[in-house]
Amino acid sequence: MTLRQIVLSVNDRDHEVWVLPSDTLLDVLHDELGMADVRYGCGEGVCGTCTVLLDGEPVNGCLTLALQAAGRQVTTLRGLMGPGEAMHPLQECFLRRGASQCGFCTPGMVLTALDLVRRRGQPSREEIRYALVGNLCRCTGYTKILDAVEEYVGQAAADAPGEVPS
Amino acid sequence: MVASAFEYVAAGSYDEAVRLLADGGDEAKILAGGQSLMPMLNLRLAHPELLIDINMADERQPSVADGMLRLPALTRHRVLLEHDLVRRHCPLLAEAVRHVGNVRVRNRGTVGGSLAHADPTSEIGSCALATGAHVAVRGPDGDRTVPVSELFVSYWTTALAESEIITDVLIPVGRPRQGWSFHEMVRRTSDFAIVAVAAMVELNERADTIAATRVALAGVADRVTLADPELLAGLAGRTLTGSTGDEAADAAAARIAGSLEPSADVHASGDYRRRLVRVLTARALREAYAHAAGAAA
Repeated sequence: MTLRQIVLSVNDRDHEVWVLPSDTLLDVLHDELGMADVRYGCGEGVCGTCTVLLDGEPVNGCLTLALQAAGRQVTTLRGLMGPGEAMHPLQECFLRRGASQCGFCTPGMVLTALDLVRRRGQPSREEIRYALVGNLCRCTGYTKILDAVEEYVGQAAADAPGEVPS
Repeated sequence: MVASAFEYVAAGSYDEAVRLLADGGDEAKILAGGQSLMPMLNLRLAHPELLIDINMADERQPSVADGMLRLPALTRHRVLLEHDLVRRHCPLLAEAVRHVGNVRVRNRGTVGGSLAHADPTSEIGSCALATGAHVAVRGPDGDRTVPVSELFVSYWTTALAESEIITDVLIPVGRPRQGWSFHEMVRRTSDFAIVAVAAMVELNERADTIAATRVALAGVADRVTLADPELLAGLAGRTLTGSTGDEAADAAAARIAGSLEPSADVHASGDYRRRLVRVLTARALREAYAHAAGAAA
Protein backbone atom coordinates (compact mmCIF):
# COMPACT_ATOMS: atom_id res chain seq x y z
CA MET A 1 0.00 0.00 0.00
CA THR A 2 1.46 3.32 -1.00
CA LEU A 3 1.51 6.55 0.95
CA ARG A 4 -0.11 9.50 -0.75
CA GLN A 5 0.38 13.18 -0.10
CA ILE A 6 -2.73 15.26 0.45
CA VAL A 7 -3.58 18.69 1.79
CA LEU A 8 -6.00 18.65 4.70
CA SER A 9 -7.62 21.96 5.53
CA VAL A 10 -8.35 21.88 9.24
CA ASN A 11 -9.71 24.87 11.14
CA ASP A 12 -8.71 27.16 8.27
CA ARG A 13 -5.11 25.92 8.19
CA ASP A 14 -3.68 23.72 5.45
CA HIS A 15 -1.64 20.69 6.45
CA GLU A 16 0.37 18.64 3.99
CA VAL A 17 0.27 15.07 5.20
CA TRP A 18 1.27 11.66 3.91
CA VAL A 19 -1.50 9.12 4.42
CA LEU A 20 -2.23 5.48 3.68
CA PRO A 21 -5.45 4.86 1.75
CA SER A 22 -6.77 3.02 4.79
CA ASP A 23 -6.02 5.86 7.25
CA THR A 24 -9.19 7.38 8.64
CA LEU A 25 -9.64 11.09 9.09
CA LEU A 26 -9.57 10.42 12.84
CA ASP A 27 -6.18 8.63 12.54
CA VAL A 28 -4.62 11.57 10.75
CA LEU A 29 -6.15 14.37 12.84
CA HIS A 30 -5.34 12.73 16.16
CA ASP A 31 -2.17 10.72 15.51
CA GLU A 32 -0.46 12.72 12.76
CA LEU A 33 -1.57 16.27 13.50
CA GLY A 34 -1.80 15.85 17.28
CA MET A 35 -5.34 17.18 17.57
CA ALA A 36 -6.47 16.01 20.98
CA ASP A 37 -10.00 17.33 20.51
CA VAL A 38 -10.80 14.50 18.04
CA ARG A 39 -11.00 11.22 19.89
CA TYR A 40 -11.19 7.52 19.30
CA GLY A 41 -14.16 6.03 21.13
CA CYS A 42 -15.83 3.10 19.40
CA GLY A 43 -14.60 3.01 15.80
CA GLU A 44 -18.12 2.21 14.65
CA GLY A 45 -19.81 5.61 14.35
CA VAL A 46 -21.89 5.10 17.47
CA CYS A 47 -20.28 7.15 20.25
CA GLY A 48 -19.62 10.54 18.65
CA THR A 49 -16.25 11.31 20.25
CA CYS A 50 -14.53 11.61 16.84
CA THR A 51 -17.14 14.06 15.50
CA VAL A 52 -15.76 16.70 13.14
CA LEU A 53 -17.51 19.01 10.71
CA LEU A 54 -16.79 18.18 7.06
CA ASP A 55 -17.79 21.19 4.95
CA GLY A 56 -19.88 22.22 7.94
CA GLU A 57 -21.71 18.91 8.50
CA PRO A 58 -21.02 16.60 11.46
CA VAL A 59 -19.45 13.32 10.35
CA ASN A 60 -17.73 10.37 12.01
CA GLY A 61 -13.97 10.86 11.81
CA CYS A 62 -13.58 7.12 12.36
CA LEU A 63 -15.76 6.24 9.33
CA THR A 64 -14.35 8.81 6.90
CA LEU A 65 -11.11 8.15 5.05
CA ALA A 66 -8.50 10.87 5.24
CA LEU A 67 -8.32 10.78 1.43
CA GLN A 68 -12.02 11.66 1.29
CA ALA A 69 -11.40 14.84 3.26
CA ALA A 70 -8.74 16.20 0.89
CA GLY A 71 -9.87 19.47 -0.63
CA ARG A 72 -12.67 19.92 1.89
CA GLN A 73 -13.00 22.00 5.04
CA VAL A 74 -12.54 20.10 8.29
CA THR A 75 -13.56 21.77 11.54
CA THR A 76 -12.75 20.40 14.97
CA LEU A 77 -13.80 21.85 18.31
CA ARG A 78 -10.73 24.13 18.28
CA GLY A 79 -11.98 25.66 15.06
CA LEU A 80 -14.95 27.12 16.92
CA MET A 81 -12.79 28.97 19.41
CA GLY A 82 -11.87 32.62 19.12
CA PRO A 83 -8.42 34.27 19.13
CA GLY A 84 -6.22 33.14 22.00
CA GLU A 85 -8.39 30.03 22.33
CA ALA A 86 -11.26 32.10 23.71
CA MET A 87 -14.12 29.73 24.41
CA HIS A 88 -17.14 29.55 22.14
CA PRO A 89 -20.31 30.73 23.94
CA LEU A 90 -21.67 27.18 23.82
CA GLN A 91 -18.54 25.93 25.62
CA GLU A 92 -19.14 28.61 28.26
CA CYS A 93 -22.64 27.23 28.74
CA PHE A 94 -21.18 23.72 29.14
CA LEU A 95 -18.83 25.03 31.84
CA ARG A 96 -21.47 27.02 33.67
CA ARG A 97 -23.96 24.15 33.67
CA GLY A 98 -21.51 21.43 34.65
CA ALA A 99 -22.11 19.68 31.34
CA SER A 100 -18.51 18.48 31.12
CA GLN A 101 -17.13 16.14 33.73
CA CYS A 102 -14.32 14.03 32.30
CA GLY A 103 -14.72 16.03 29.08
CA PHE A 104 -14.09 13.15 26.69
CA CYS A 105 -17.44 13.53 24.91
CA THR A 106 -17.51 17.34 25.02
CA PRO A 107 -16.02 18.17 21.59
CA GLY A 108 -18.51 15.89 19.84
CA MET A 109 -21.39 17.17 21.93
CA VAL A 110 -20.55 20.81 21.23
CA LEU A 111 -20.05 20.32 17.48
CA THR A 112 -23.25 18.31 17.11
CA ALA A 113 -25.33 20.71 19.22
CA LEU A 114 -23.97 23.70 17.35
CA ASP A 115 -24.86 22.10 14.01
CA LEU A 116 -28.40 21.60 15.29
CA VAL A 117 -28.74 25.20 16.44
CA ARG A 118 -27.35 26.50 13.16
CA ARG A 119 -29.89 24.49 11.21
CA ARG A 120 -32.92 24.72 13.46
CA GLY A 121 -32.54 28.10 15.11
CA GLN A 122 -34.39 27.40 18.33
CA PRO A 123 -34.70 23.64 18.80
CA SER A 124 -36.86 22.28 21.60
CA ARG A 125 -35.39 20.17 24.40
CA GLU A 126 -36.76 17.08 22.63
CA GLU A 127 -35.07 18.07 19.37
CA ILE A 128 -31.78 18.60 21.21
CA ARG A 129 -32.14 15.19 22.84
CA TYR A 130 -32.82 13.58 19.46
CA ALA A 131 -29.85 15.31 17.78
CA LEU A 132 -27.47 14.22 20.55
CA VAL A 133 -28.62 10.60 20.62
CA GLY A 134 -25.44 9.56 18.82
CA ASN A 135 -23.12 11.21 21.33
CA LEU A 136 -22.52 9.06 24.37
CA CYS A 137 -21.60 10.51 27.76
CA ARG A 138 -20.73 8.24 30.67
CA CYS A 139 -20.51 10.96 33.35
CA THR A 140 -23.22 13.57 33.31
CA GLY A 141 -26.41 11.62 32.77
CA TYR A 142 -27.11 14.04 29.87
CA THR A 143 -29.43 16.34 31.83
CA LYS A 144 -26.78 19.00 32.32
CA ILE A 145 -25.77 18.75 28.68
CA LEU A 146 -29.35 19.41 27.61
CA ASP A 147 -29.47 22.29 30.11
CA ALA A 148 -26.30 23.78 28.62
CA VAL A 149 -27.52 23.57 25.02
CA GLU A 150 -30.90 25.00 26.03
CA GLU A 151 -29.20 27.90 27.76
CA TYR A 152 -27.15 28.57 24.63
CA VAL A 153 -30.26 28.45 22.44
CA GLY A 154 -32.01 30.95 24.70
CA GLN A 155 -28.96 33.17 24.87
CA ALA A 156 -28.40 33.15 21.11
CA ALA A 157 -32.06 33.96 20.54
CA ALA A 158 -31.89 36.86 23.00
CA ASP A 159 -28.64 38.20 21.50
CA ALA A 160 -29.90 38.19 17.94
CA PRO A 161 -33.67 37.94 17.74
CA GLY A 162 -34.75 36.54 14.39
CA GLU A 163 -31.23 35.58 13.40
CA VAL A 164 -29.72 32.13 13.21
CA PRO A 165 -26.74 31.93 15.58
CA SER A 166 -23.39 30.79 14.27
CA MET B 1 -9.62 -1.63 16.07
CA VAL B 2 -7.94 -0.65 12.85
CA ALA B 3 -8.86 -1.81 9.35
CA SER B 4 -6.46 -3.96 7.37
CA ALA B 5 -4.66 -1.96 4.73
CA PHE B 6 -6.43 -1.51 1.41
CA GLU B 7 -6.01 0.49 -1.78
CA TYR B 8 -8.42 3.27 -2.67
CA VAL B 9 -9.61 4.72 -5.92
CA ALA B 10 -12.22 7.42 -6.51
CA ALA B 11 -14.44 6.67 -9.50
CA GLY B 12 -15.60 9.67 -11.51
CA SER B 13 -18.63 7.88 -12.95
CA TYR B 14 -20.69 4.74 -12.47
CA ASP B 15 -19.24 3.35 -15.72
CA GLU B 16 -15.74 3.74 -14.33
CA ALA B 17 -16.81 2.20 -11.02
CA VAL B 18 -18.31 -0.80 -12.83
CA ARG B 19 -15.07 -1.26 -14.80
CA LEU B 20 -12.96 -1.06 -11.66
CA LEU B 21 -15.28 -3.44 -9.87
CA ALA B 22 -15.13 -5.95 -12.74
CA ASP B 23 -11.30 -5.74 -12.72
CA GLY B 24 -11.08 -5.97 -8.93
CA GLY B 25 -13.31 -9.03 -8.63
CA ASP B 26 -13.84 -10.46 -5.17
CA GLU B 27 -11.28 -8.20 -3.57
CA ALA B 28 -12.98 -4.91 -4.49
CA LYS B 29 -15.83 -3.19 -2.63
CA ILE B 30 -17.87 -0.11 -3.46
CA LEU B 31 -17.62 2.69 -0.90
CA ALA B 32 -20.70 4.93 -0.80
CA GLY B 33 -21.61 6.59 2.52
CA GLY B 34 -19.40 4.11 4.37
CA GLN B 35 -21.55 4.05 7.50
CA SER B 36 -21.90 0.26 7.41
CA LEU B 37 -18.85 -0.73 5.38
CA MET B 38 -16.34 1.31 7.39
CA PRO B 39 -17.40 -0.18 10.76
CA MET B 40 -17.09 -3.63 9.17
CA LEU B 41 -13.55 -2.75 8.06
CA ASN B 42 -12.65 -1.28 11.45
CA LEU B 43 -13.93 -4.45 13.13
CA ARG B 44 -12.17 -6.56 10.48
CA LEU B 45 -15.40 -8.27 9.56
CA ALA B 46 -14.50 -7.39 5.97
CA HIS B 47 -11.05 -7.01 4.42
CA PRO B 48 -11.26 -5.95 0.79
CA GLU B 49 -8.03 -5.07 -1.00
CA LEU B 50 -9.58 -2.20 -2.93
CA LEU B 51 -12.24 0.36 -2.09
CA ILE B 52 -13.90 2.06 -5.05
CA ASP B 53 -15.28 5.38 -3.83
CA ILE B 54 -18.37 6.43 -5.82
CA ASN B 55 -19.10 9.61 -3.84
CA MET B 56 -17.89 11.74 -6.76
CA ALA B 57 -19.69 9.67 -9.41
CA ASP B 58 -23.05 11.38 -9.31
CA GLU B 59 -24.45 14.74 -8.25
CA ARG B 60 -28.11 14.29 -9.17
CA GLN B 61 -30.88 15.21 -6.76
CA PRO B 62 -34.20 13.41 -6.15
CA SER B 63 -36.74 13.98 -8.91
CA VAL B 64 -40.21 12.84 -9.95
CA ALA B 65 -41.20 11.64 -13.43
CA ASP B 66 -43.78 9.20 -14.81
CA GLY B 67 -45.28 8.48 -11.42
CA MET B 68 -41.95 7.50 -9.94
CA LEU B 69 -39.88 9.19 -7.25
CA ARG B 70 -36.30 8.73 -8.46
CA LEU B 71 -33.72 8.76 -5.71
CA PRO B 72 -30.15 8.76 -7.01
CA ALA B 73 -28.29 6.03 -5.12
CA LEU B 74 -26.07 8.56 -3.37
CA THR B 75 -29.01 10.41 -1.81
CA ARG B 76 -28.01 10.87 1.84
CA HIS B 77 -30.38 9.91 4.63
CA ARG B 78 -30.55 13.53 5.72
CA VAL B 79 -31.87 14.46 2.28
CA LEU B 80 -34.51 11.70 2.54
CA LEU B 81 -35.59 13.26 5.84
CA GLU B 82 -35.78 16.81 4.58
CA HIS B 83 -36.35 16.81 0.82
CA ASP B 84 -39.75 18.18 -0.27
CA LEU B 85 -40.23 15.57 -3.00
CA VAL B 86 -39.51 12.70 -0.61
CA ARG B 87 -41.76 14.12 2.09
CA ARG B 88 -44.56 14.65 -0.41
CA HIS B 89 -44.29 11.46 -2.46
CA CYS B 90 -42.92 8.94 0.04
CA PRO B 91 -43.60 10.24 3.55
CA LEU B 92 -43.21 6.67 4.85
CA LEU B 93 -39.52 6.74 3.94
CA ALA B 94 -38.96 10.24 5.33
CA GLU B 95 -40.46 9.14 8.63
CA ALA B 96 -38.62 5.81 8.80
CA VAL B 97 -35.23 7.45 8.18
CA ARG B 98 -35.64 9.32 11.48
CA HIS B 99 -34.88 5.95 13.06
CA VAL B 100 -31.69 5.33 11.08
CA GLY B 101 -28.42 5.83 12.97
CA ASN B 102 -27.54 9.27 14.28
CA VAL B 103 -26.94 12.73 12.81
CA ARG B 104 -23.48 11.79 11.53
CA VAL B 105 -24.62 8.53 10.00
CA ARG B 106 -27.53 10.29 8.26
CA ASN B 107 -25.20 12.95 6.88
CA ARG B 108 -23.10 10.34 5.05
CA GLY B 109 -25.21 7.20 4.67
CA THR B 110 -26.90 6.71 1.28
CA VAL B 111 -30.13 5.10 0.15
CA GLY B 112 -28.40 2.93 -2.46
CA GLY B 113 -25.71 1.87 -0.04
CA SER B 114 -28.29 0.91 2.54
CA LEU B 115 -30.14 -1.34 0.07
CA ALA B 116 -26.90 -2.86 -1.28
CA HIS B 117 -25.78 -3.61 2.28
CA ALA B 118 -28.97 -5.67 2.72
CA ASP B 119 -29.09 -5.60 6.49
CA PRO B 120 -32.05 -7.71 7.65
CA THR B 121 -33.03 -5.01 10.16
CA SER B 122 -33.02 -2.19 7.60
CA GLU B 123 -35.65 0.53 7.95
CA ILE B 124 -34.98 1.76 4.41
CA GLY B 125 -35.16 -1.78 3.03
CA SER B 126 -38.53 -2.40 4.62
CA CYS B 127 -39.91 0.89 3.24
CA ALA B 128 -38.60 0.00 -0.21
CA LEU B 129 -40.43 -3.34 0.00
CA ALA B 130 -43.66 -1.85 1.35
CA THR B 131 -43.83 0.77 -1.41
CA GLY B 132 -43.02 -1.68 -4.22
CA ALA B 133 -39.77 0.10 -5.11
CA HIS B 134 -37.28 -0.94 -7.79
CA VAL B 135 -33.56 -0.35 -8.05
CA ALA B 136 -31.84 0.67 -11.27
CA VAL B 137 -28.61 -1.24 -11.59
CA ARG B 138 -25.58 -0.77 -13.86
CA GLY B 139 -23.25 -3.60 -14.76
CA PRO B 140 -20.71 -4.49 -17.44
CA ASP B 141 -23.55 -5.51 -19.77
CA GLY B 142 -25.57 -2.34 -19.28
CA ASP B 143 -28.49 -1.24 -17.13
CA ARG B 144 -31.35 -3.25 -15.71
CA THR B 145 -34.09 -2.78 -13.14
CA VAL B 146 -34.62 -5.10 -10.18
CA PRO B 147 -37.73 -5.07 -7.97
CA VAL B 148 -36.65 -4.68 -4.36
CA SER B 149 -38.83 -7.73 -3.63
CA GLU B 150 -36.21 -9.74 -5.58
CA LEU B 151 -33.16 -7.87 -4.34
CA PHE B 152 -32.57 -9.28 -0.87
CA VAL B 153 -31.24 -12.84 -0.77
CA SER B 154 -29.95 -13.37 2.75
CA TYR B 155 -27.92 -11.64 5.46
CA TRP B 156 -25.97 -8.82 3.74
CA THR B 157 -26.46 -10.55 0.39
CA THR B 158 -28.31 -9.23 -2.65
CA ALA B 159 -29.22 -10.59 -6.07
CA LEU B 160 -26.80 -8.12 -7.69
CA ALA B 161 -24.04 -9.64 -9.78
CA GLU B 162 -20.47 -9.12 -8.60
CA SER B 163 -19.79 -6.07 -10.73
CA GLU B 164 -23.22 -4.45 -10.61
CA ILE B 165 -23.92 -1.16 -8.82
CA ILE B 166 -27.21 0.39 -7.76
CA THR B 167 -27.53 3.78 -9.45
CA ASP B 168 -31.12 4.76 -8.53
CA VAL B 169 -33.97 3.78 -6.29
CA LEU B 170 -37.38 4.15 -7.94
CA ILE B 171 -40.43 4.43 -5.71
CA PRO B 172 -44.01 4.71 -7.02
CA VAL B 173 -45.30 8.10 -5.87
CA GLY B 174 -47.93 8.08 -3.16
CA ARG B 175 -51.50 8.07 -4.45
CA PRO B 176 -54.65 9.65 -3.01
CA ARG B 177 -56.52 7.29 -0.67
CA GLN B 178 -53.23 5.71 0.35
CA GLY B 179 -51.99 5.68 3.93
CA TRP B 180 -48.77 4.57 5.51
CA SER B 181 -47.32 3.80 8.90
CA PHE B 182 -43.93 2.87 10.30
CA HIS B 183 -43.26 1.39 13.73
CA GLU B 184 -40.20 -0.17 15.26
CA MET B 185 -38.95 -1.44 18.58
CA VAL B 186 -35.34 -0.67 19.50
CA ARG B 187 -33.39 -0.99 22.70
CA ARG B 188 -32.19 2.59 22.37
CA THR B 189 -33.08 5.26 19.82
CA SER B 190 -30.69 4.99 16.82
CA ASP B 191 -29.98 1.28 17.43
CA PHE B 192 -30.65 -1.53 14.98
CA ALA B 193 -34.34 -2.45 15.01
CA ILE B 194 -35.37 -5.54 16.94
CA VAL B 195 -38.49 -5.54 14.77
CA ALA B 196 -39.66 -2.86 12.34
CA VAL B 197 -42.92 -2.73 10.39
CA ALA B 198 -43.74 -0.61 7.35
CA ALA B 199 -47.39 -0.74 6.25
CA MET B 200 -49.22 0.73 3.27
CA VAL B 201 -53.03 0.72 3.03
CA GLU B 202 -54.93 1.83 -0.08
CA LEU B 203 -58.68 2.45 -0.05
CA ASN B 204 -61.12 1.75 -2.87
CA GLU B 205 -62.41 4.46 -5.17
CA ARG B 206 -65.22 5.46 -2.84
CA ALA B 207 -62.62 5.67 -0.08
CA ASP B 208 -64.79 3.68 2.31
CA THR B 209 -63.07 0.28 2.50
CA ILE B 210 -59.63 -1.25 1.98
CA ALA B 211 -58.56 -2.12 -1.58
CA ALA B 212 -54.99 -3.27 -0.95
CA THR B 213 -52.50 -3.65 1.88
CA ARG B 214 -48.75 -4.25 1.95
CA VAL B 215 -46.70 -4.94 5.05
CA ALA B 216 -42.91 -5.25 5.15
CA LEU B 217 -41.00 -6.41 8.19
CA ALA B 218 -37.41 -6.06 9.38
CA GLY B 219 -35.66 -8.07 12.07
CA VAL B 220 -37.71 -11.23 11.53
CA ALA B 221 -35.60 -13.28 9.10
CA ASP B 222 -32.32 -13.34 7.19
CA ARG B 223 -33.58 -10.41 5.09
CA VAL B 224 -36.26 -7.75 5.23
CA THR B 225 -39.45 -9.53 4.28
CA LEU B 226 -42.74 -8.73 2.61
CA ALA B 227 -45.67 -10.30 4.44
CA ASP B 228 -47.46 -12.90 2.32
CA PRO B 229 -50.26 -10.94 0.53
CA GLU B 230 -52.68 -13.82 1.14
CA LEU B 231 -52.45 -13.23 4.87
CA LEU B 232 -53.68 -9.69 4.28
CA ALA B 233 -56.31 -10.54 1.66
CA GLY B 234 -59.00 -10.79 4.35
CA LEU B 235 -58.72 -7.05 4.95
CA ALA B 236 -59.93 -6.16 1.45
CA GLY B 237 -63.42 -4.64 1.49
CA ARG B 238 -63.23 -3.86 5.21
CA THR B 239 -62.68 -0.82 7.38
CA LEU B 240 -60.30 -0.68 10.33
CA THR B 241 -62.29 1.50 12.67
CA GLY B 242 -63.95 0.68 15.95
CA SER B 243 -63.63 -2.56 17.84
CA THR B 244 -64.37 -4.77 14.81
CA GLY B 245 -61.62 -2.92 12.94
CA ASP B 246 -59.22 -3.50 15.81
CA GLU B 247 -60.10 -7.19 15.74
CA ALA B 248 -59.57 -7.43 11.98
CA ALA B 249 -56.19 -5.68 12.21
CA ASP B 250 -55.13 -7.91 15.09
CA ALA B 251 -56.25 -11.06 13.28
CA ALA B 252 -54.25 -10.13 10.17
CA ALA B 253 -51.25 -9.22 12.32
CA ALA B 254 -51.53 -12.54 14.16
CA ARG B 255 -51.62 -14.45 10.86
CA ILE B 256 -48.44 -12.65 9.75
CA ALA B 257 -46.71 -13.25 13.09
CA GLY B 258 -47.69 -16.93 12.91
CA SER B 259 -46.16 -17.26 9.44
CA LEU B 260 -42.71 -16.15 10.62
CA GLU B 261 -39.96 -17.98 12.41
CA PRO B 262 -37.67 -15.24 13.65
CA SER B 263 -34.46 -16.43 15.23
CA ALA B 264 -33.26 -15.53 18.71
CA ASP B 265 -30.23 -13.46 19.56
CA VAL B 266 -28.88 -11.78 22.71
CA HIS B 267 -31.43 -8.99 22.38
CA ALA B 268 -34.67 -10.90 21.86
CA SER B 269 -36.05 -14.41 21.63
CA GLY B 270 -37.89 -15.60 18.54
CA ASP B 271 -41.16 -15.61 20.47
CA TYR B 272 -40.66 -12.05 21.62
CA ARG B 273 -39.99 -10.95 18.05
CA ARG B 274 -43.14 -12.72 16.88
CA ARG B 275 -45.09 -10.96 19.61
CA LEU B 276 -43.63 -7.64 18.48
CA VAL B 277 -44.63 -8.39 14.89
CA ARG B 278 -48.22 -8.93 16.00
CA VAL B 279 -48.44 -5.81 18.16
CA LEU B 280 -46.59 -3.46 15.83
CA THR B 281 -48.28 -4.74 12.66
CA ALA B 282 -51.76 -4.30 14.12
CA ARG B 283 -50.80 -0.80 15.22
CA ALA B 284 -49.31 0.03 11.83
CA LEU B 285 -52.35 -1.30 9.94
CA ARG B 286 -54.77 0.78 12.00
CA GLU B 287 -52.62 3.86 11.67
CA ALA B 288 -52.09 3.43 7.91
CA TYR B 289 -55.84 2.97 7.50
CA ALA B 290 -56.64 6.09 9.50
CA HIS B 291 -54.05 7.94 7.47
CA ALA B 292 -55.59 6.78 4.19
CA ALA B 293 -59.10 7.68 5.35
CA GLY B 294 -57.83 11.09 6.47
CA ALA B 295 -55.98 11.65 3.20
CA ALA B 296 -59.10 10.79 1.21
CA ALA B 297 -61.41 12.99 3.30
